[in-house]
Amino acid sequence: MIARALGAIAVVALLAAPVVIPRYHVTLLLPAFAYSIGLLGLNLLFGTTGLLSFGHALFVALGAYTAAALTTHFHILHLETLLIGAALVAGVVAVPVGLLCVRYVKIYFGMLTLAFGMLFYSFLYKFYTLTGGDEGIRVLRPRLLGQAFAGLDKVEFLIGPFYYYALAVLAMATLLMHRIVRSPFGLGLRAIRENPDKAAYVGVAVRRYRFYAFVIAAVFGAVGGALLAVPTGLADPLLAYWTHSGNLVFMLLLGGFDHFLGPLVGALVFILLQDTVMSLTTYWRFVFGAILAVIVIFFPRGLLGLLAWRREPTA
Amino acid sequence: MLGGAFHAAVLFLVSAGLQLVFGVQKILNLACGSFYALGAYLGVSAVTWALGAGLPAPLFVVVLIAAGLALAVIGPVVERILRTIYDRDESFQLLLTFALVLMFEDVIRFVWGTAPHQLGTVYLVYGQLRIAGSTVPVYNLVVIAAGALIALGMGWLLTRTRFGRIVRATAENREMSEALGVDMHSVYARVFTLGVALGTVGGALVIPATAATSEMGIELIVEAFAVVVIGGLGSMRGAFVGALIVGLLKAGAIAIWPEVEMLAVYVVVVAVLVLRPTGLFARAAA
Repeated sequence: MIARALGAIAVVALLAAPVVIPRYHVTLLLPAFAYSIGLLGLNLLFGTTGLLSFGHALFVALGAYTAAALTTHFHILHLETLLIGAALVAGVVAVPVGLLCVRYVKIYFGMLTLAFGMLFYSFLYKFYTLTGGDEGIRVLRPRLLGQAFAGLDKVEFLIGPFYYYALAVLAMATLLMHRIVRSPFGLGLRAIRENPDKAAYVGVAVRRYRFYAFVIAAVFGAVGGALLAVPTGLADPLLAYWTHSGNLVFMLLLGGFDHFLGPLVGALVFILLQDTVMSLTTYWRFVFGAILAVIVIFFPRGLLGLLAWRREPTA
Repeated sequence: MLGGAFHAAVLFLVSAGLQLVFGVQKILNLACGSFYALGAYLGVSAVTWALGAGLPAPLFVVVLIAAGLALAVIGPVVERILRTIYDRDESFQLLLTFALVLMFEDVIRFVWGTAPHQLGTVYLVYGQLRIAGSTVPVYNLVVIAAGALIALGMGWLLTRTRFGRIVRATAENREMSEALGVDMHSVYARVFTLGVALGTVGGALVIPATAATSEMGIELIVEAFAVVVIGGLGSMRGAFVGALIVGLLKAGAIAIWPEVEMLAVYVVVVAVLVLRPTGLFARAAA
């Protein structure tokens, strides 16, 4: 009951946000939405399946670059097409990468995903003619459902139509991920996390399930990446750098990886916190490192874990 | 070739620290790149100060090594933080070291600022040699020799001394050695400090040849990763061979096709992981 009421309040608040809160804060919500979608995918790997990827940024960057290349080089401006394109490209890349990565678990999985992420970073950075090198590729303003909104300036476009568009995509992604996690497939993934041997014994195709989870995670990551690139208007190689992958895991941990809504809370709190701390001190990395250390040592279940623990101390 | 060997020597030191800590404590320490960067910055400051205080220039290398070793005092402190999560899943250990990376990066910015720090031309004090048509600073040869010496020293320490036997026993089977009366906390603290020292000395030694930048740590860590994956996690010989492979590969790629410099390294990493997931020299039990 309480959870449902809180959820309803959150949805109403998000719908009303562009009218109620200052413009600047609305623009902060946009990357939070985009990261939420990417993190839903990452959490399917980490929270549900128990595989920690240190290369999820690869797929976020892939989505951003797909959107950039399609708008700048091919003049495809329909955001629906961009998102589908990003999802397809990520799916195609995730098949060979996933087939290799899911042969390993634990630290080896983390290292292999990190290596692939850096492989892509190095490609983006060095192949200047194709990728724009360190300058990246610009992302042009897309059309939403065929509408160009030519009368609006950039900020009006972002906090108006694009805001609701991104929110709708996030809602769809959340519902879809909910279905995936609650399906027999999702149950199989959780069984793999708890005990791969027992899961295999009761008939779960462990490696195949891990592979599916990897590909789904990649697709979510790329859709998030494509949405992320629209407000910034740029896809640059740092999106694929390993510290960006680390930050993604950080967001997830901040929200709480063992809660379905952890990714959404984590992305939102991370973005708002980052904005606050960066305005207070130039040494925000230090503050964030300290926060991460405290979370890892004392609150490994994140913010939502903290709430759940308060409500039901026996759990 | 010699450029590659120089880079390999430094890379070996950092990777050896990474391997030692992973082999014994089973923690993949992302922060070893930060120790390397700290060593580099302190090296610049120490040598600048020492030369200003009238130190004869040829002795600067001694100051560098001393600065690197002195920095190892942060080893026990960091180890104390890590100790809180030894019994946790390794994903969390990895994340805690990532938190350290973020913090150390800003510590460096706070103390030394954002501008790159350089030592100038003091490393040319040993002169230059002409070898096979190219000019090589003698300093680079000194570093290569130092890397080889430290490699031998590590081998001696791990296989010939009592401390080495305890370390290897702990790496092999933690519970058993604890049952046999090994004080785990003290072994972990000492091993971690040794790992830190290898990183900081590596950073200090590289500095006369390149500038110290606040990103140097997070850049080097991926190379050190490549080294340990190629060589095999937890293996000292692996660190040595892996560092040679990565160093020479980079040097070769820069000479032939500069765009693929790091790309070539990652391709080899992926190939090794696919064909021989435990690396070239991994011990079966590690």
